[in-house]
Amino acid sequence: MTKDEFWEGVRGGFPIMLAASPFGALFGALAVDNGFTIADAVFMSATVYAGASQMVGIELFGNHVQPWLVVLSVFAVNFRHVLYSASIAKYVRHFTFGQKFLAFFLLVDPQYAETEKRGERGLPISFSWYLGFGLVIYIPWIINTLVGAIFGQMIGDPKAIGLDVLLPVYFMGLVMGFRKRDRFLPIVTVSALASVAGMHFVGSPWHVSIGALAGIVLAACLPPSGTAAAPTGVEKEA
Amino acid sequence: MDPQHLNLIYLIIAAAVATFLTRVGGYILITQMKQIPPRLEAALNAVPAAVLTTLVAPAFVYGGLDVTIAMFVAFAIALGLNLSTLRMLVIGWVVVMLIRHVVM
Repeated sequence: MTKDEFWEGVRGGFPIMLAASPFGALFGALAVDNGFTIADAVFMSATVYAGASQMVGIELFGNHVQPWLVVLSVFAVNFRHVLYSASIAKYVRHFTFGQKFLAFFLLVDPQYAETEKRGERGLPISFSWYLGFGLVIYIPWIINTLVGAIFGQMIGDPKAIGLDVLLPVYFMGLVMGFRKRDRFLPIVTVSALASVAGMHFVGSPWHVSIGALAGIVLAACLPPSGTAAAPTGVEKEA
Repeated sequence: MDPQHLNLIYLIIAAAVATFLTRVGGYILITQMKQIPPRLEAALNAVPAAVLTTLVAPAFVYGGLDVTIAMFVAFAIALGLNLSTLRMLVIGWVVVMLIRHVVM
């Protein structure tokens, strides 16, 4: 553990924590609205720790959907994490077993994006940095859920204070961060069209899996580009 | 604790386990492989943009005209001036609030 790297991670995660805070509070408020107690809402944020899927979960629970279908939907919305953990495997191989356990528990979208970005720049991915970045988002997420659940009434209409626009703009910023990658435009175009079509014909939350799969399959099927970097298989660091 | 509330606790625990499995599954799968085929690697490289786009595009199309305009303005300014995500968030929020409370 080095303190400097831990605090570097904390500083890096701080703006993301700010951006995620309204959603933690919003989740708390919506969860109570859907029949959760305050303790249930905090428990879910502390154990599931995956914002979009938590929203889907409480929505389905509030509509009395079968429990197995709620869990399946949470799994589907979070399925992208399988790809995240595969993709950052090369950067976290040096973590101990316990460190990996904790690291994967904390693997939310921005944690993945920053780890990937940092690794791509050639900066070291130390456990101290990873933990600092993760905890500065995780702990406030739980506190904000608690605050939101308690003061749920005060949020009233989330649209009146413009909360609904923050999540899509935030994810749009993350997408733009990857614009220098190979075949960025075709992948984003196909995923956008497929997710909108999925939303229209199948419905939420399936548009996430449908859109993601379309872009990923396209990337796998396009002929390999001449400028491809040297393989970065995990076996090389073994 | 009444049985119905206990069922909710079990549901949350099941959702947490399912989520953790997705977060550790990819690592376990990929470290079992001897070598990563190039097409799999291309697919993995496409993951972040492909997934995150699905959280953006439907909101842009179905989020309402105010959200669409706010997203477009935030996108155009952030791209033009190379702004951070946080500044982009502020722009999007300001535009949507202007439309909702000043223009309309």
